[in-house]
Amino acid sequence: MTSIRPYLTVFRMRFVLMLQYRAAAIAGFGTQCWWGFIKVMVFAAFFRSSSAHQPMNFAEAVTYVWLGQAFLALLPWLSDPDIAQMVASGNVAYERLRPLDTYFFWYARAMAWMIARALPRALMMFAFACVVVPLFGMGDWRLRLPATPEAAVLFVGAIAVTVMLSSAMVMFLNLGCVITLSERGVNSLVVPFVLILSGNIVPLPFFPNWMQPLLFAQPFAGLVDIPYRIYFGGLTGWIAFAGIAQMLAWTLVLGFAGRRALSAVMNHLQVQGG
Amino acid sequence: MPQILVQELSKSYLVSEREAGTWGAVKGLVRRRRRVIEALKGISFSLERGELLGFIGPNGAGKSTTIKILSGILRPSSGSCEVEGLVPWRDRIQHVARIGVVFGQRTQLWWDLPVIEGFELLRDIYRVDEADYRKSLDAMVTLMRLERLLDQPVRQLSLGQRMRCEIAAAMLHRPEILFLDEPTIGLDAPSKLAVREFVGTLNREAGVTVILTTHDMHDIEALAERVIVIGNGVIMADTSFERLRAEVLTERRLLIDFAGKAPALEIPGVRVRGREGNSIELEFDPRQVPAPELIGRITAEYDLLDFHLEQPRIEEVIAHFYKLHGATEA
Repeated sequence: MTSIRPYLTVFRMRFVLMLQYRAAAIAGFGTQCWWGFIKVMVFAAFFRSSSAHQPMNFAEAVTYVWLGQAFLALLPWLSDPDIAQMVASGNVAYERLRPLDTYFFWYARAMAWMIARALPRALMMFAFACVVVPLFGMGDWRLRLPATPEAAVLFVGAIAVTVMLSSAMVMFLNLGCVITLSERGVNSLVVPFVLILSGNIVPLPFFPNWMQPLLFAQPFAGLVDIPYRIYFGGLTGWIAFAGIAQMLAWTLVLGFAGRRALSAVMNHLQVQGG
Repeated sequence: MPQILVQELSKSYLVSEREAGTWGAVKGLVRRRRRVIEALKGISFSLERGELLGFIGPNGAGKSTTIKILSGILRPSSGSCEVEGLVPWRDRIQHVARIGVVFGQRTQLWWDLPVIEGFELLRDIYRVDEADYRKSLDAMVTLMRLERLLDQPVRQLSLGQRMRCEIAAAMLHRPEILFLDEPTIGLDAPSKLAVREFVGTLNREAGVTVILTTHDMHDIEALAERVIVIGNGVIMADTSFERLRAEVLTERRLLIDFAGKAPALEIPGVRVRGREGNSIELEFDPRQVPAPELIGRITAEYDLLDFHLEQPRIEEVIAHFYKLHGATEA
């Protein structure tokens, strides 16, 4: 127990500090409602104009959209601002003075940062998209509840893995930030990949059939597509488990590689000035 | 067996540079010029438990690099170093648990947290058990007079208050060695005095080994019995403070305001450094001309409004020391 105490403390501290940013959460929520509506309208137009068989129906697509808006903060498209700030100021040196594995130390922080940002936004978005939207007579455009109780349980498990997977990806962004001494380059480089390959812009099942196995196997699918399809019953049974296993496998691979890379980078660390 | 043993430690950096101007920038896109900077060129020294060592030298001399290697942050290019039997960069996690480090120009406390919560975070990070933590916290609060600061967020502290908290934070896990990299930088006079007093007490009473870098000669004077002068990446002197003073710091300056126009003073062993209206600045070696004697002679002959005696500043001392050792700063 004593060995993980420092990491738990760091997690708790960061989580509590991040929860203070209520204004940011509310502003983010507002933007996400707006974009949610736009995406839902696009789908409405799409389903009305096409009679061809689609890989998911309108209700599922709408649910996919709202889930995407609710869990937007779980996407790894920003390196941890604390790390970026430490890199710029040179305080990274202090991080190496802690009797901790720097990878897990930063991982715990990245995770706390992510969950603390996602949690209030997700709760507001569920309340809005499940309850408020139907109250205004837009029942077709509402966020549905999970397909079955089993789907609900699996989804909770899958989202937990998404957090771990996404934190491992954020660690790579942090790494890029340490190497290039700035967070801007890596962040702007990664955004298109994350948005497209996760399914955030267009749900992955709408991509051509021949791409489906590749899309299902690649690491970004675990950020959006796999958990959301589990939620509305698009992935069930052993395929759902295969999806979660895929996510766990990528988390381990990225975590292992990231930890190796960070330690290599730290061995060549240069702290300038002073 | 010394507590710290450093042998032939070297560190070189590779820096990219480009020629000045637009053309230089364009060329830099295609081809980067790399240059090797040797920050340390083979330094060796050892330190016994309980010593207080002062590192002095100009900016870029290699002081901070040495501290960063000793504390496990940087890996040297060559050479060896052992601290209590551990190699700092190889056994980093074990090593850093036993040392305390304060960088005067950086902060280790979380900006948004009250001081006490920052301390608790460090308690957990260093896995200090509650009873030991209470004891060190009480000791530090008393020693550094922190009672009224504990509940304030770090961002609201003055630099002097923050530095006291920083040193306390570095001592919470009871390290046996404390590295202080410019702990008095930017502090006002009372805060400097306070920091010196705390460091001295930690060294004398708790037996903590201290390695200190500074640009303030008064820090060294107040604290360090042993001084290492480092310049251009090599050790230029490893000696007691008294010896260093005797070798380099001998000259004194005497500034005098005369009642009338400053006279043309001609005293053997005394040089006139400058004169302006009624004032004059003299430089002399007290071994040749003792200060009381010089002042006596001048007051006997002339009417004085005021006079004041001073030592050369650290920058001048170092510059002079460099000249003596035939080295110049890059």
